[in-house]
Order: sequence, then structure tokens, then C-alpha cells
Amino acid sequence: MNVVVCVKQIPDPAAPQSLEAGTNTLDRSGKLILDDSDAYGVEMALQLAEQAGGGDVTLVSMAPNGETSGLRTALAMGAASAVLVSDDALKGADALTTAKVLAAAIKKSNPDLIVAATESSDGYTGTTPVQVAEILGLPSITFAKAVAIDGSTVKVERQTESGYDDVTAPLPAVITVTAGVVEPRYPSFKGIMAAKSKPVETVTAADLGVATGNWGQEITSVDEAEARAAGEIVVDEGDGAQRIVNFLEELKVI
Amino acid sequence: MAIDKIWVVAELTESGPTTTSLELLTAARGLGGTVEAVAWGPNTAANAAVLGEYGATTVHDVGDIADALPGSPVAGAIAQAIAGGQGPDAILIPTSYDGRDIAGRLSARCDLPVLTNITGLVGGDTLTTQHPVFGGTQIVSAKFTGQGPGIYVVRAKSFAAESGGGAPAAVSPLSVPDLGATNASTVVARHVEERTGPKLDEAAVVVSGGRGLGEASNYAMVEELAKLLNGAAGASRAIVDAGWVPYAHQVGQTGKTVKPDVYLACGISGATQHMVGMKGSKNIIAINKDQDAPIFTVADLGIVGDVHKVMPALIEALKAH
Repeated sequence: MNVVVCVKQIPDPAAPQSLEAGTNTLDRSGKLILDDSDAYGVEMALQLAEQAGGGDVTLVSMAPNGETSGLRTALAMGAASAVLVSDDALKGADALTTAKVLAAAIKKSNPDLIVAATESSDGYTGTTPVQVAEILGLPSITFAKAVAIDGSTVKVERQTESGYDDVTAPLPAVITVTAGVVEPRYPSFKGIMAAKSKPVETVTAADLGVATGNWGQEITSVDEAEARAAGEIVVDEGDGAQRIVNFLEELKVI
Repeated sequence: MAIDKIWVVAELTESGPTTTSLELLTAARGLGGTVEAVAWGPNTAANAAVLGEYGATTVHDVGDIADALPGSPVAGAIAQAIAGGQGPDAILIPTSYDGRDIAGRLSARCDLPVLTNITGLVGGDTLTTQHPVFGGTQIVSAKFTGQGPGIYVVRAKSFAAESGGGAPAAVSPLSVPDLGATNASTVVARHVEERTGPKLDEAAVVVSGGRGLGEASNYAMVEELAKLLNGAAGASRAIVDAGWVPYAHQVGQTGKTVKPDVYLACGISGATQHMVGMKGSKNIIAINKDQDAPIFTVADLGIVGDVHKVMPALIEALKAH
């Protein structure tokens, strides 16, 4: 079974973030890393391919400046190859354009299953995987917390407001996985060494036939949010719990 | 492009429209023009009164979708109306599991861009949207520049749901086109998980735990505190990612937005990812051993201390109270 995993390489969320002057888009000029959210999709894809008795896991990613460091992390986990769409013309691209790019890149692999995170950690639009499914004319099951393959069917436990649903779809299909569904493996030394020579094909939007330059939306302003008034911060001297009780009493919660 | 007609995607449960659906209807009323709802399922007609009360003059009924997921059929029905010139100028969709599916499908089907994670809407010739970034420290305003209708995906709790005293909505069928393989996902069973206490996004008190709890078993203290305060138990992304608690408990950018009267953060450092989901709480109490933790910048009461000492003491104190 061949699986494509959509992965995003993002600025380190632990580092300070900023918007670029002029465009007001997220500054992505520094080093990019594999989005933590995507490690679950990569792990899920590897496990499903193994359970199905083999097949390749291919990564598809869109990132500026030919960035591959996040892809190398996922290749070191065990993915076989990657397609990277890197093109200055895609700077600031919206979710739908991103989906068109990813869909065109995915098509080249003709996969049985496409896996993505429910949303990225930086842009968190949360619609791209379903847009990809619609463009490819495929069914989708989002917010998967458990996934199994049964012949030509994918079986998913899908998160709902009140619990979860068992949902099935015929392959090929698109699924999005929530964090924590599997435990992503740490790349082994051998895996890290092997990843360096795994194939990464770099393509442009034009190669994929996707139009660029008009995202249909613009940022009109960026403003500071109203800050909360400073509170009382105290070091616990054994009275911390009592202070909380007093505050809750003051608020008439207890 | 004036906004003359707004459609609100309204999700219905057995007990009526979801709160976010009513919030969106309320918001739509304030933007001028006609407000109409789009709903599906076997109970649309039964909800015409409440949808009307909150502002919908018409409810476009996609009908009973049986065991399908809503994304494809609801988006397909709306897209067909747009293609036929019967569509609105703006479509408001709740940020929910199904709402995002509908928005994504609709966007791709109509080749229209989408704006998501909206927490504010300002009316005018074109709608201006507001989006919190960097943990809610900054607000980005945006708008569509092309041909409409605009697809707006709005986060829960961005507006208060208020009755507009409207008459029951007229029910009008909205037909679903042939959807092919996009509609091939089938719900084969539904599982309702028993919950004690209030829902996370409706609770007056939320007690949340983070990595500072040290290990998964300590989350029991969060649950016990939540129970003692008649609240709900939440979690940071870090411990959801680690598999300590299910995704349904997650508060933050990737999870739920909560605005309780009291938010008690235990062992949560306050990553931007978390803050955006809880900084709208009326009162915030934080316990964390690191006095430089960002969570203290939004706390009304911050206890710099060890959760393993403060939480057990708090549990005892509340039991004795």
C-alpha cells in the first residue's frame, strides 16, 4: 500500500515569531523544522504500510527556499522519498492554492491513502487536507484518533463533540489524524544517515500547473490585542492553596 | 460588493442548534442584510422556530444525509446554489469538526478562498475579519479581494448568542447534486462517551493540566479539582500530544476556545498555542514552578510553586470547605 503524507516545515514554535514587514505574512526566512503535528501522520503512515505488508511512504511538502531539514527528519523516521514544492511565487499562498499545489504533487504518486495532520501549528487554517480531497475527488475522514486498513477500506474512529464515530471510506481516501494517536518513533542513527541519500524531488508551481500571484484575500492591518491587567503573582510559602481558596471565595465560586 | 444576504451554516443536535451556530446567527444579524440558515438532518423543520428566533428568515434544508459525513453533501448543495445564482454574499461556518469539512469542500468546489479562525467580523461593503495571532497578543484584520461569496469560518465564543425575537424561519429545500466518490465516507456507528459534569466549552470553571504535572497519572488531580469545583477538565497540547489525555480535552489554538468564569491552569507554561484558547476567561489562576512562565502574564492570581504540593493541598481544602 502506498501512502502519501502531507507534511509542513514551519518556523520553530518555541522560538520568537514575527510577521514580515510589508506583507504581514509569517516570517519563514529562518530555519524550518518538521511540524510536531505531522510526526503523528508520518508514524501512522509507516505503521499502516508495515501492517499492509509493505509499500512506500512518500512525503509531500510546500516550503520556501528549498527547505528540506523537516523532510529529512521524516525521511529519517522511515519515509522513502519526498516531493518538495518550493517556489518564490508561492510566498504568502492561501490554503486553497496550497491545496492545489499539494493535490498536484500527490497525484504524481498515485497513492492508496493520503494522510495529513488536522491542521498545521503555524497557520492553523485547518481546511487544506479537505480541500486536497475535494480537488482530487476523494472521500475524506478528518479528526481520526484511530486508523486501520481493511482490504480496500480505511476504518477510522473520528472525534466528535460527544464521543467518536466509526467511519469507513473506500480507498483511495484522505484522512487527518489528531496528535497523540500514535507515538512517533525517534529516528535511529542509521535512519538519519540513510535519510541523507533518500530522493527529494523539488518542483515549482508552474511544473504542477498551478496559478500563483492572487490569493483572493489580503491583510488590512495588524494591531496589538488588548492586554489583560497584571495580576497578583506570589511565591508559594505553603499558603498557595489557601490563597486560591480565598480567591475562589471572593469570586463566589465556592 | 455589498453584503445583502448572509448564509449561516447551522449545526443541529438532538437538543437544537449548537451554541456556535446561534452565535453566528446573532453576529450575522449585526452585519446588515438578510440572514438565512443552512441545515441538514432529520430535524430541520423542528428547528425552524429557534433558527428564526436568532435571526434566520429562511432555513435552507439539505435534508436527511443519513450516514454520510456532512462535509461533501452540505458543501455540494451550497455550491450548486451559488453556481445557479441563488447563493449569498457571505457564508459563515462554525469552527467545528464538521464545519471545517464543509468549508474546505465548499472552497475547493467553488474555487473560492477561505478565511478561518475568525474571532471578529466588522460589517461594511466588504466584511473585515479579525484573527488572533501569536497567542492572541496581536490581531490581524483581513478581507477577501475577489469575487464572492466569501467563506468565513468563525471560532466558538467569538460572539454572544442573543435571541432576536424573530418569527420562525421558512423551510426551503436545498438539493444535493451528484457527489461521486467525495461522499463515500460512511458513519457505521456512533459512540457517546459518558461525561460527568459540564462540557468543556460551557463550564463556568475549567481546570487544566500541562506538562508540569510530570506524569499522566497526575492528571487525576486535575479531574478531581474539576469535579470539586463543578467544572470541566482541560489540557494543554503538550499532554495531548504525549497521549496522556484525549484530544477532546485540549484547550488552545488547535483545540477548544474556553471563556469560563474561572480558569485554573496547573503546570501549564502558557505557550502561545494554549493562551489563544483561554485568555478570554474572566478570571485566570495559574500554578507553575517557573516564575517566568508566560502563563503568569495573563493570570489574575499566580502561584509560583510546585503543582505536586499546591494541588493536593487545594483538593483537601476544597473537600473541607
